Amino acid sequence: MTVKEIPALIEGTVVVKGDDQREVTGVYCCDMLSQVMGRAPADCAWVTIMGGVNAVAVSALADTACIIVAEGLDVDADAVVKAREQDIPVLRTPLPIFEAAKRIDKALS
Amino acid sequence: MKRLYYDLHIHSCLSPCGDMDMTPCNIVGMARLNGLDVIAVCDHNTAENCPAVQAAAEGTHLLFIPGCEVCTEEEIHVVCLFPDVDAALRFSRMLHEKLPPICNDERAFGRQSIFDSQDQEIGTEPLLLLTGAALSVDELPAVVAQYGGFCFPAHVDRDSFSILVSLGVIPDSCGFTMAELRDKSRLPQLLTTNPELGDKVIVQNSDAHYLQDIAEPEQFFEVPDDLTTAGQFIAFLKGLRV
Repeated sequence: MTVKEIPALIEGTVVVKGDDQREVTGVYCCDMLSQVMGRAPADCAWVTIMGGVNAVAVSALADTACIIVAEGLDVDADAVVKAREQDIPVLRTPLPIFEAAKRIDKALS
Repeated sequence: MKRLYYDLHIHSCLSPCGDMDMTPCNIVGMARLNGLDVIAVCDHNTAENCPAVQAAAEGTHLLFIPGCEVCTEEEIHVVCLFPDVDAALRFSRMLHEKLPPICNDERAFGRQSIFDSQDQEIGTEPLLLLTGAALSVDELPAVVAQYGGFCFPAHVDRDSFSILVSLGVIPDSCGFTMAELRDKSRLPQLLTTNPELGDKVIVQNSDAHYLQDIAEPEQFFEVPDDLTTAGQFIAFLKGLRV
Protein backbone atom coordinates (compact mmCIF):
# COMPACT_ATOMS: atom_id res chain seq x y z
CA MET A 1 0.00 0.00 0.00
CA THR A 2 1.28 3.48 -0.77
CA VAL A 3 0.81 6.67 1.23
CA LYS A 4 -1.50 7.91 -1.54
CA GLU A 5 -4.09 5.29 -0.60
CA ILE A 6 -4.27 6.28 3.07
CA PRO A 7 -6.47 9.43 3.07
CA ALA A 8 -9.45 7.46 1.73
CA LEU A 9 -9.16 5.02 4.64
CA ILE A 10 -9.13 7.62 7.42
CA GLU A 11 -11.42 10.47 6.22
CA GLY A 12 -8.08 12.17 5.70
CA THR A 13 -6.88 15.29 3.94
CA VAL A 14 -3.49 15.82 2.36
CA VAL A 15 -1.56 18.68 3.97
CA VAL A 16 1.73 17.97 2.22
CA LYS A 17 1.77 15.57 -0.74
CA GLY A 18 5.47 14.70 -0.46
CA ASP A 19 6.56 11.35 -1.75
CA ASP A 20 3.09 9.78 -1.68
CA GLN A 21 4.19 6.85 -3.86
CA ARG A 22 6.18 5.55 -0.94
CA GLU A 23 5.27 2.07 0.31
CA VAL A 24 3.85 1.77 3.81
CA THR A 25 4.70 -1.43 5.65
CA GLY A 26 3.25 -0.80 9.11
CA VAL A 27 1.63 1.62 11.53
CA TYR A 28 3.21 3.27 14.57
CA CYS A 29 1.49 5.38 17.23
CA CYS A 30 3.35 7.59 19.68
CA ASP A 31 3.34 11.24 20.74
CA MET A 32 6.64 11.40 22.59
CA LEU A 33 9.22 12.50 20.06
CA SER A 34 12.06 10.99 22.08
CA GLN A 35 10.39 7.59 21.80
CA VAL A 36 9.57 7.93 18.11
CA MET A 37 13.17 8.80 17.29
CA GLY A 38 14.48 5.57 18.70
CA ARG A 39 11.62 3.17 17.98
CA ALA A 40 9.48 4.07 15.00
CA PRO A 41 10.11 1.54 12.24
CA ALA A 42 11.19 2.89 8.88
CA ASP A 43 8.40 2.97 6.26
CA CYS A 44 5.65 3.13 8.88
CA ALA A 45 2.60 5.36 8.82
CA TRP A 46 3.21 7.40 11.99
CA VAL A 47 -0.05 8.45 13.62
CA THR A 48 0.27 11.22 16.20
CA ILE A 49 -1.22 14.40 17.59
CA MET A 50 2.11 16.21 17.18
CA GLY A 51 1.89 18.55 14.22
CA GLY A 52 4.91 20.74 14.86
CA VAL A 53 8.18 21.22 13.05
CA ASN A 54 10.00 18.87 15.44
CA ALA A 55 7.66 16.06 14.42
CA VAL A 56 8.75 16.54 10.82
CA ALA A 57 12.41 16.40 11.83
CA VAL A 58 11.75 13.24 13.83
CA SER A 59 9.92 11.71 10.87
CA ALA A 60 12.97 12.39 8.70
CA LEU A 61 15.29 10.88 11.29
CA ALA A 62 13.15 7.77 11.80
CA ASP A 63 12.42 7.54 8.05
CA THR A 64 8.69 7.06 8.45
CA ALA A 65 6.67 6.86 5.23
CA CYS A 66 4.39 9.69 6.35
CA ILE A 67 3.02 11.62 9.33
CA ILE A 68 -0.70 11.46 10.08
CA VAL A 69 -1.92 14.13 12.49
CA ALA A 70 -5.03 12.79 14.20
CA GLU A 71 -7.96 14.18 16.22
CA GLY A 72 -8.45 16.92 13.66
CA LEU A 73 -5.50 18.84 15.08
CA ASP A 74 -3.59 21.39 13.07
CA VAL A 75 -0.25 21.12 11.38
CA ASP A 76 1.96 24.15 12.12
CA ALA A 77 2.87 26.40 9.21
CA ASP A 78 6.60 25.89 9.73
CA ALA A 79 6.05 22.12 9.86
CA VAL A 80 4.36 22.32 6.45
CA VAL A 81 7.34 24.23 5.04
CA LYS A 82 9.83 21.73 6.43
CA ALA A 83 7.80 18.71 5.25
CA ARG A 84 7.65 20.17 1.73
CA GLU A 85 11.41 20.73 1.74
CA GLN A 86 12.00 17.15 2.82
CA ASP A 87 9.29 15.61 0.61
CA ILE A 88 7.58 14.06 3.66
CA PRO A 89 3.85 13.37 3.20
CA VAL A 90 1.71 14.88 5.95
CA LEU A 91 -1.94 13.92 6.31
CA ARG A 92 -4.67 15.03 8.69
CA THR A 93 -7.59 13.00 9.99
CA PRO A 94 -10.48 13.89 12.28
CA LEU A 95 -10.33 10.36 13.71
CA PRO A 96 -8.73 9.48 17.03
CA ILE A 97 -5.25 7.96 16.81
CA PHE A 98 -6.36 4.37 17.51
CA GLU A 99 -9.21 4.42 15.01
CA ALA A 100 -7.01 5.82 12.26
CA ALA A 101 -4.25 3.32 13.02
CA LYS A 102 -6.73 0.43 13.14
CA ARG A 103 -8.10 1.26 9.70
CA ILE A 104 -4.65 1.49 8.14
CA ASP A 105 -3.55 -1.74 9.82
CA LYS A 106 -6.67 -3.52 8.55
CA ALA A 107 -5.90 -2.41 5.00
CA LEU A 108 -2.31 -3.62 5.35
CA SER A 109 -3.31 -7.11 6.55
CA MET B 1 14.61 49.19 45.15
CA LYS B 2 15.39 49.07 41.45
CA ARG B 3 13.83 47.57 38.36
CA LEU B 4 15.56 44.76 36.50
CA TYR B 5 14.17 44.27 33.00
CA TYR B 6 14.53 40.61 32.18
CA ASP B 7 14.50 37.88 29.59
CA LEU B 8 15.19 34.60 31.37
CA HIS B 9 14.80 32.18 28.49
CA ILE B 10 17.09 32.68 25.50
CA HIS B 11 18.61 29.94 23.34
CA SER B 12 22.07 30.00 21.89
CA CYS B 13 23.38 28.26 18.76
CA LEU B 14 24.03 25.19 20.93
CA SER B 15 20.32 24.40 20.79
CA PRO B 16 19.91 22.76 17.36
CA CYS B 17 16.90 24.96 16.67
CA GLY B 18 18.87 28.04 17.75
CA ASP B 19 19.92 30.25 14.85
CA MET B 20 23.67 30.30 14.15
CA ASP B 21 23.66 34.06 14.88
CA MET B 22 22.78 33.28 18.51
CA THR B 23 26.43 33.42 19.54
CA PRO B 24 27.52 34.45 23.03
CA CYS B 25 28.69 37.92 21.97
CA ASN B 26 25.63 38.52 19.80
CA ILE B 27 23.23 37.52 22.56
CA VAL B 28 24.92 39.84 25.06
CA GLY B 29 25.11 42.61 22.47
CA MET B 30 21.47 42.34 21.49
CA ALA B 31 20.31 42.15 25.11
CA ARG B 32 22.26 45.31 25.90
CA LEU B 33 20.98 47.06 22.76
CA ASN B 34 17.45 46.18 23.77
CA GLY B 35 18.08 47.67 27.21
CA LEU B 36 17.71 44.51 29.28
CA ASP B 37 19.27 44.28 32.74
CA VAL B 38 19.25 40.51 33.30
CA ILE B 39 19.19 37.57 30.90
CA ALA B 40 19.46 33.81 31.13
CA VAL B 41 20.68 31.52 28.38
CA CYS B 42 18.80 28.22 28.55
CA ASP B 43 19.71 25.75 25.83
CA HIS B 44 17.93 22.43 25.49
CA ASN B 45 19.33 19.99 28.05
CA THR B 46 22.72 21.72 28.27
CA ALA B 47 24.55 24.71 29.75
CA GLU B 48 27.81 24.30 27.81
CA ASN B 49 27.60 27.74 26.16
CA CYS B 50 27.08 29.50 29.50
CA PRO B 51 30.79 30.04 30.23
CA ALA B 52 31.20 31.91 26.95
CA VAL B 53 28.10 34.07 27.53
CA GLN B 54 29.29 34.80 31.08
CA ALA B 55 32.64 35.95 29.73
CA ALA B 56 30.97 38.07 27.04
CA ALA B 57 28.82 39.76 29.69
CA GLU B 58 31.81 40.45 31.97
CA GLY B 59 32.47 44.14 32.48
CA THR B 60 29.03 45.15 31.19
CA HIS B 61 26.02 46.10 33.28
CA LEU B 62 24.14 43.04 32.04
CA LEU B 63 23.53 40.42 34.74
CA PHE B 64 23.90 36.95 33.24
CA ILE B 65 22.17 33.93 34.78
CA PRO B 66 23.40 30.55 33.56
CA GLY B 67 20.55 28.18 32.76
CA CYS B 68 19.30 25.13 30.96
CA GLU B 69 15.91 24.23 29.51
CA VAL B 70 15.40 20.64 30.62
CA CYS B 71 13.13 18.36 28.64
CA THR B 72 11.80 15.87 31.18
CA GLU B 73 10.89 12.29 30.40
CA GLU B 74 7.29 13.45 29.96
CA GLU B 75 8.60 15.88 27.30
CA ILE B 76 7.75 18.83 29.53
CA HIS B 77 10.12 21.80 29.21
CA VAL B 78 11.36 23.34 32.46
CA VAL B 79 13.59 26.42 32.69
CA CYS B 80 16.36 25.81 35.23
CA LEU B 81 18.50 28.73 36.46
CA PHE B 82 21.68 28.47 38.53
CA PRO B 83 23.64 30.77 40.89
CA ASP B 84 26.87 30.41 38.94
CA VAL B 85 28.34 28.85 35.80
CA ASP B 86 30.08 26.08 37.78
CA ALA B 87 26.79 24.83 39.23
CA ALA B 88 25.10 25.09 35.82
CA LEU B 89 27.85 23.06 34.18
CA ARG B 90 27.81 20.37 36.88
CA PHE B 91 24.04 20.09 36.45
CA SER B 92 24.39 20.02 32.67
CA ARG B 93 26.99 17.24 32.79
CA MET B 94 24.83 15.19 35.15
CA LEU B 95 21.89 15.70 32.78
CA HIS B 96 23.98 14.64 29.81
CA GLU B 97 24.30 11.18 31.34
CA LYS B 98 20.51 10.93 31.37
CA LEU B 99 19.98 11.69 27.68
CA PRO B 100 19.11 8.80 25.36
CA PRO B 101 22.02 7.77 23.13
CA ILE B 102 20.55 9.32 20.00
CA CYS B 103 23.04 11.25 17.92
CA ASN B 104 22.19 14.57 16.38
CA ASP B 105 21.48 14.66 12.65
CA GLU B 106 22.37 18.19 11.57
CA ARG B 107 20.36 17.98 8.37
CA ALA B 108 17.21 17.17 10.32
CA PHE B 109 17.68 19.23 13.49
CA GLY B 110 20.45 21.77 13.01
CA ARG B 111 23.96 22.25 14.31
CA GLN B 112 24.69 22.13 18.05
CA SER B 113 27.67 24.51 18.36
CA ILE B 114 29.75 25.15 21.47
CA PHE B 115 31.40 28.58 21.33
CA ASP B 116 34.12 30.43 23.20
CA SER B 117 33.83 34.01 24.40
CA GLN B 118 35.33 35.26 21.14
CA ASP B 119 32.46 33.66 19.21
CA GLN B 120 34.71 30.94 17.83
CA GLU B 121 33.20 27.47 17.53
CA ILE B 122 35.24 25.16 19.74
CA GLY B 123 33.15 22.03 19.37
CA THR B 124 29.76 20.49 18.73
CA GLU B 125 27.53 18.39 20.93
CA PRO B 126 27.16 14.93 19.34
CA LEU B 127 24.08 13.79 21.29
CA LEU B 128 20.74 15.18 20.14
CA LEU B 129 19.69 17.74 22.73
CA LEU B 130 15.99 17.69 21.82
CA THR B 131 15.24 14.38 23.50
CA GLY B 132 13.64 13.78 26.89
CA ALA B 133 16.10 13.20 29.74
CA ALA B 134 15.54 10.31 32.14
CA LEU B 135 14.20 12.67 34.81
CA SER B 136 10.55 13.16 35.62
CA VAL B 137 8.99 16.57 36.21
CA ASP B 138 8.31 15.44 39.77
CA GLU B 139 11.97 14.67 40.48
CA LEU B 140 13.46 17.64 38.67
CA PRO B 141 12.89 20.51 41.17
CA ALA B 142 14.71 18.65 43.97
CA VAL B 143 17.58 17.80 41.64
CA VAL B 144 17.87 21.44 40.53
CA ALA B 145 17.84 22.53 44.19
CA GLN B 146 20.81 20.23 44.88
CA TYR B 147 22.80 22.46 42.49
CA GLY B 148 21.53 25.63 44.18
CA GLY B 149 19.19 26.34 41.27
CA PHE B 150 15.60 27.41 40.73
CA CYS B 151 13.22 26.12 38.09
CA PHE B 152 9.80 26.72 36.60
CA PRO B 153 7.70 25.14 33.84
CA ALA B 154 8.39 26.76 30.47
CA HIS B 155 5.83 28.27 28.08
CA VAL B 156 2.82 26.66 29.76
CA ASP B 157 0.57 28.36 27.18
CA ARG B 158 2.28 26.60 24.28
CA ASP B 159 0.54 23.68 22.58
CA SER B 160 3.50 21.35 22.88
CA PHE B 161 6.21 20.60 25.48
CA SER B 162 4.08 22.38 28.04
CA ILE B 163 3.23 20.94 31.46
CA LEU B 164 -0.42 21.86 30.88
CA VAL B 165 -0.53 19.90 27.63
CA SER B 166 1.30 16.87 29.02
CA LEU B 167 -0.33 16.65 32.43
CA GLY B 168 -3.34 18.96 32.21
CA VAL B 169 -2.33 20.65 35.48
CA ILE B 170 0.73 21.95 37.32
CA PRO B 171 0.84 19.40 40.16
CA ASP B 172 1.27 20.83 43.67
CA SER B 173 3.71 18.04 44.38
CA CYS B 174 6.27 19.62 42.02
CA GLY B 175 6.50 22.64 44.29
CA PHE B 176 6.72 25.19 41.48
CA THR B 177 6.22 28.79 42.63
CA MET B 178 6.65 30.31 39.18
CA ALA B 179 5.35 29.57 35.69
CA GLU B 180 6.34 30.98 32.32
CA LEU B 181 3.90 32.13 29.68
CA ARG B 182 4.84 33.03 26.12
CA ASP B 183 2.12 35.67 26.30
CA LYS B 184 0.88 36.95 29.65
CA SER B 185 -2.34 38.24 28.07
CA ARG B 186 -3.47 34.60 27.87
CA LEU B 187 -3.45 34.29 31.67
CA PRO B 188 -7.13 35.17 32.35
CA GLN B 189 -8.26 32.48 29.89
CA LEU B 190 -5.81 29.92 31.30
CA LEU B 191 -6.94 30.60 34.87
CA THR B 192 -10.42 29.35 34.01
CA THR B 193 -9.05 25.90 33.14
CA ASN B 194 -6.02 25.92 35.43
CA PRO B 195 -6.72 27.89 38.61
CA GLU B 196 -3.45 26.60 40.11
CA LEU B 197 -1.73 29.25 37.96
CA GLY B 198 -3.23 31.79 40.35
CA ASP B 199 -0.70 31.02 43.04
CA LYS B 200 2.33 31.03 40.73
CA VAL B 201 4.44 34.08 39.95
CA ILE B 202 3.91 34.47 36.22
CA VAL B 203 6.85 35.44 34.04
CA GLN B 204 7.00 36.12 30.33
CA ASN B 205 10.22 35.31 28.53
CA SER B 206 11.05 35.30 24.85
CA ASP B 207 12.25 31.70 24.36
CA ALA B 208 14.25 33.42 21.61
CA HIS B 209 15.93 31.22 19.04
CA TYR B 210 16.70 34.25 16.84
CA LEU B 211 18.34 37.55 17.82
CA GLN B 212 15.34 39.66 16.81
CA ASP B 213 13.15 37.70 19.22
CA ILE B 214 15.11 38.58 22.37
CA ALA B 215 12.76 40.54 24.60
CA GLU B 216 12.32 44.27 24.73
CA PRO B 217 12.55 45.77 28.25
CA GLU B 218 8.89 45.25 29.14
CA GLN B 219 8.92 42.60 31.87
CA PHE B 220 10.69 43.50 35.10
CA PHE B 221 11.27 42.58 38.72
CA GLU B 222 11.52 45.10 41.56
CA VAL B 223 14.65 44.04 43.44
CA PRO B 224 16.81 45.46 46.26
CA ASP B 225 19.40 47.98 45.09
CA ASP B 226 22.24 45.77 46.31
CA LEU B 227 21.21 42.80 44.13
CA THR B 228 24.08 42.50 41.67
CA THR B 229 25.03 38.81 41.38
CA ALA B 230 23.47 35.71 39.85
CA GLY B 231 23.47 34.05 43.26
CA GLN B 232 21.49 36.92 44.78
CA PHE B 233 19.10 36.87 41.84
CA ILE B 234 18.41 33.14 42.26
CA ALA B 235 17.77 33.68 45.99
CA PHE B 236 15.39 36.50 45.05
CA LEU B 237 13.47 34.26 42.62
CA LYS B 238 13.24 31.49 45.22
CA GLY B 239 11.63 33.90 47.68
CA LEU B 240 9.09 35.37 45.26
CA ARG B 241 5.44 34.67 46.02
CA VAL B 242 2.19 35.95 44.57
